[in-house]
Amino acid sequence: MLSCYRALDLTDEKGFICGKVLADLGVDVIKIERPGGDPARSIGPFYHDMAHPEKSLYWFAFNGNKRSITLDIERTDGQEVLKKLAKTADIVIESFAPGYMDKQGLGYSVLNQVNPMIVMTSISNFGQKGPYKEYKASEIVLWALSGMMYIVGDPDRPPLLSSYPHAYLFGGMQGAIGTVIALYQREMIGRGQQVDASALMSLVRATGPEVQAPWELFRQIVKREGRMRLRTGTGVRTPILWRCKDGDVGFFLLLGANFIKANTALVEWIKSEGVDSGVMGQIDWKKVGWDEITEDVACQINAILTEFFSRHTKQELYEEAIKKGIQIVPALTAKETWEFPQFAARNYWVKIAHPELEAVMTYPGGFIKSTETTCGIRRRAPLIGEHNEEIYKKELGFSAEELMILKQSRII
Amino acid sequence: MQGRPFEGIKVLEFCWAGVGPFSLNYLAYYGAEVIKVETTLRPDITRTGAPYKDNIPGLERSATFAWTHPVKKYDITLNLNHPRGIEIAEKLVARADVVGESFTAGKMEKFGLGYEDLKKIRQDIIMFRTCGYGRTGPLSTQPSTGFSLTTLTGFNSMCRWPDRPSSPVSGPYTDFIAPLFGGLALIAALDYRRRTGKGQCIDLSQHEAVINFVTPIVLDYDVNQRELVPTGNQCDHAAPHGPYRCKGDDRWCAIAVSTDEEWDIFCNVIGKPAWTKDQKFSTLLNRLKNYHELDTLVEEWTINFEAEEVMVMMQAAGVPAGVVSNTQDLFEDPQLKYYHHFHELDHPAMGKCAFYQGPGFRLSEADYDVARPPLLGEHNEYIYTKILGISDDDYTKWMQDGVFD
Repeated sequence: MLSCYRALDLTDEKGFICGKVLADLGVDVIKIERPGGDPARSIGPFYHDMAHPEKSLYWFAFNGNKRSITLDIERTDGQEVLKKLAKTADIVIESFAPGYMDKQGLGYSVLNQVNPMIVMTSISNFGQKGPYKEYKASEIVLWALSGMMYIVGDPDRPPLLSSYPHAYLFGGMQGAIGTVIALYQREMIGRGQQVDASALMSLVRATGPEVQAPWELFRQIVKREGRMRLRTGTGVRTPILWRCKDGDVGFFLLLGANFIKANTALVEWIKSEGVDSGVMGQIDWKKVGWDEITEDVACQINAILTEFFSRHTKQELYEEAIKKGIQIVPALTAKETWEFPQFAARNYWVKIAHPELEAVMTYPGGFIKSTETTCGIRRRAPLIGEHNEEIYKKELGFSAEELMILKQSRII
Repeated sequence: MQGRPFEGIKVLEFCWAGVGPFSLNYLAYYGAEVIKVETTLRPDITRTGAPYKDNIPGLERSATFAWTHPVKKYDITLNLNHPRGIEIAEKLVARADVVGESFTAGKMEKFGLGYEDLKKIRQDIIMFRTCGYGRTGPLSTQPSTGFSLTTLTGFNSMCRWPDRPSSPVSGPYTDFIAPLFGGLALIAALDYRRRTGKGQCIDLSQHEAVINFVTPIVLDYDVNQRELVPTGNQCDHAAPHGPYRCKGDDRWCAIAVSTDEEWDIFCNVIGKPAWTKDQKFSTLLNRLKNYHELDTLVEEWTINFEAEEVMVMMQAAGVPAGVVSNTQDLFEDPQLKYYHHFHELDHPAMGKCAFYQGPGFRLSEADYDVARPPLLGEHNEYIYTKILGISDDDYTKWMQDGVFD
């Protein structure tokens, strides 16, 4: 879809996914790494646990489809090269500290002169401006300031981080959306523009109305309560995650017309197994509203379901739930995700060759399917400077001698 | 500031709940006209979910619905089970650039409004379709919500103390991930059409999109046969690392020290107590090895200060630190205020609420608009009689027939 565009990708882990998803839609994304390779290549996990810049699975995950050149943009020669590349690029993506690109003489005011149509997408922790613009961050700092951390964990322990770091992905995605809007608007206004993507603003949205509405409506602060979730302003709580025989299942009690059939079927199922359906068996799902679910009723429902789920495996519950149209879902492990029949039926997984490792790895498929275009990974993430010759020699016309000088001076 | 990039684009929204609207909202933020098609016969599930304003149920009183629609939308009710309802839908399609839907697979086809049908009405239509599992395959007709997908995709298993079952993240977490991919694809499709004149049908399987967020976990299993290891609040390349208790009730500041430089700065900020010179904490490896004792010692310092003070002191010196914000902190956050992240809007049933949000980015040549959520069928008369030109007589008669239910 977007194969007519080219992006220069100067991001670190704060913005990798921006270039990745644009590349998935066809953009020619050139990753620009400092000579010796991007420091983010040290982020694990690693292929066979070998910590090596060409074996980072994190790097593979979010830099697929990109080409790579090495370039030191703090050197004047490097800056001239970047400006030359910007002439024929549509997008520049960066995730340096606010002000860094300006300091290198590569800020928007300069790139805009070089190429008035350029879209410069800056992805940062907190935004290019404002009281926190100089603040340093990491996954946990973002997770904390976004409101996510406060609501996760058990009441008798500190608030809890995600063991899989992913806070930055939100900012990178918002950067990508801003980028395509800017590309769209280019034709209308005859010039590019700046996209200021903030990881913080992007992640704040993910706490959602569940957390933000109780404050706005009732001045209630939602706290971490393990697997319990606050349902109403009157303190009614139900779990969202439940233990079963071999792991966890998710089930969230929902009321209203759309769930009459499922809730009725669930009660029948519980009864059919000889479990006492108690108060659940007495509820008229056609009529009941949240104002009728008192704390006591909720407690009873929770106890009934806890008992019921504990008798079954994830697979048993899921298979039966699918037949009955009830939304009880397993918490899939990576193995189970891999083996998920729906993915196989839709030819979701993509095998990508990594010849240097003599390996073929399985990647998630495209994030959309389209009647008009393909979407998703086509080739593995690049090696350090893999496309130096292609870009510098063939495209920019540097001679072999010039390249040698630049290489030895560690400019590329 | 220039105009709105999507001014003149017309969107027809047959979407429920979160993912569809969140994806389409990017167009509405930047000027597109959106007509939201609802029905009184089967209200949007977010209209029938708590919390409600004043804890009183009502189709216009759901905070979830309000939060989901912070943009101007024309809202109509239309009975697609009535043949005339389908006729009217087709008239609406004829003037639309984008049609979005999030019914389970096959429903739109049953109405005669599948992609092939829409293409006959408008050849370059862009159809945006989303559902939980995808429109083909054994689970294509299974209902799903963000709550269930968040469990299915493993996001409710990621936050975990090694000695306990996992703690789920915020409720329908994947409802805030899938639309990032949906919105991106939709805008790319508009750009593609602008350049080529071609429309397309975009199929967003929320499950498939969200797994793109966890590719490292997938690869780790593929090549190392390893499942995600729960690490609580630890980091394998930073110490001190974690939330540290501060003054007050349940107040914490997260601190992350990764480099030698940051460690030196950190020690300075806390007044260089004798313990910081202990061999036990002299290197990163040593600090990681003795993290439990380290965390206790750090907390003996942080407990004397407000969380905000700790953050400001650390950040001023150059150490990553952030208050573990609760909801009140969010609404008072100076950086979010600077970017005007939260907007207060008035609404006939919800009253004044300030949880309406725009995108997570800002453009230098375009401003986004927010507007209060629409009421059910609020614009029936306007859209049907003024825009579609239905006569007043027909409008009254068809209303009695249930066409606009």
